[in-house]
Amino acid sequence: MSSRNNLPILAFAAAGLLGLAVLLALLVAPEDANQGVSQRIFYFHVPIALTAYLCFGLGAWKALRLLWVGGDRRDLESYTWIHQGTIFGALTLITGSIWARASWGVWWSWSSNQLVLFLVLFLFYCAYFMLRFSIEPGPRRERISAVYALFGVALIPVSFLAIRLASDFIHPTVFTREGPQMTGEMFAAFCCSWAAITLLAYVMYRTELAGKRTDLNLRALREALAR
Amino acid sequence: MTSGEKYVAAAYGVFLVFVLVWAAIIATKLARLERETAELVRLTERRVADDVDG
Repeated sequence: MSSRNNLPILAFAAAGLLGLAVLLALLVAPEDANQGVSQRIFYFHVPIALTAYLCFGLGAWKALRLLWVGGDRRDLESYTWIHQGTIFGALTLITGSIWARASWGVWWSWSSNQLVLFLVLFLFYCAYFMLRFSIEPGPRRERISAVYALFGVALIPVSFLAIRLASDFIHPTVFTREGPQMTGEMFAAFCCSWAAITLLAYVMYRTELAGKRTDLNLRALREALAR
Repeated sequence: MTSGEKYVAAAYGVFLVFVLVWAAIIATKLARLERETAELVRLTERRVADDVDG
């Protein structure tokens, strides 16, 4: 089966995995001894954050390929990945804020490097859209957007490692050098959620990309007919 | 429902709402693309008819 027509299968797989992930996270995984029921937000919050990093990283990779090899299709791919990253980034901030309120009693903590750096990363990529839409479409916009997307990717490892570099220890560290600090059932729920959300992001990316390509093709057809 | 459960429901609910809003935006875009495609088909048919007549 070609990659063109497997999108419905992937979409159904993502929906099925998401359903399974919710069941595992809410019903199968045991309750955390320290945080209680609010810890169950972890099973969606962390995979959403990791997916956001992945989307930004793939956007930067497509940008690098655009600068290296060229081709306007890579510009659209990079833009679509970054758009997905922004959606998942917003979700990370919202679910994280809800978890913070449940665990720490506050919606936001400016003293937590992890939170602030993720916000910086998110705002950086929000500015990508302002930059992109302030330039006329064409090779110049493609190159400038690609360079900006590449700069942003440098923030990903900083944001990811901030939790380990932070000295406040507010934000919990679950994955250490000794492995995941959770039971097997908790880890299974986490892995299932991660797989589901990553697949969902890929399905969303492919759907959006198909829409944007169709839009461009229709525009080109309209211009050709107008001549 | 305890306070912790309400926060868990809110976090999962936000995720669901985001996905549904995204689906609604894509559906709107699809409807627009459908309208534009139909318009282009009409334009092409008219042009072909003009070519045959003229």
